[in-house]
Amino acid sequence: MTEQLQDQIKAQVSGSPVHVFMKGTPEWPQCGFSKAVCDVFNALGVQFTATNTLENLDAYRPALHAVTQWPTIPQIFVNGEFIGGCDILIEMYNSGELQQLLGLQAAVPAE
Amino acid sequence: MPAVQVQQSIERKLREALQPEHLEVANESHGHAGPGAETHFRVVVVSAAFDGKTRVAQHQLIYQTLEQERAEGVHALGIQTFTPEQFAAEQAGRVASPPCIGADAKDGPA
Repeated sequence: MTEQLQDQIKAQVSGSPVHVFMKGTPEWPQCGFSKAVCDVFNALGVQFTATNTLENLDAYRPALHAVTQWPTIPQIFVNGEFIGGCDILIEMYNSGELQQLLGLQAAVPAE
Repeated sequence: MPAVQVQQSIERKLREALQPEHLEVANESHGHAGPGAETHFRVVVVSAAFDGKTRVAQHQLIYQTLEQERAEGVHALGIQTFTPEQFAAEQAGRVASPPCIGADAKDGPA
């Protein structure tokens, strides 16, 4: 089960430029951290695909951990690569690193 | 674990494992559960142990250190990590309040 799900996870992340494993859906996030991740991508106008891990959290948690060695959700992948969770995404957004990674013009920091 | 004990155990384990030169552990559970709850925390860790590591690896190090706390009911763990060098730069970049220019200065605040 876990191995099958791991393969599915790898296929999902390589099939989308930005993929998020979250609690809830982008329309209806069920956790503050997952919502914050959606807010960042929405603020940048970046389309992303998402998996609602609440559909089977007991299966997703170990399968994701096996792929990323990361115990918490949300988990964010850009161009098939794991970049971290909510805190790292926000740090990257604030520093402009995320915009660069996504090929967007980094916003000029507000004075 | 009773109240305050989880917070203390988080602090102790991070100190032992990472010898941080700066450590903040904040209990943010108040927004999520009743008084005395210890389910949501945020940590800021500055440690030379992070030198040369990616952000993902730095956070993984924290997760590994606090595996027991997470297993025992810490539901959310916000993390910010800095190497000592990054932290010094961060501190230097903090916006300072402007100096007082006196009540009778001509260009007072608009």
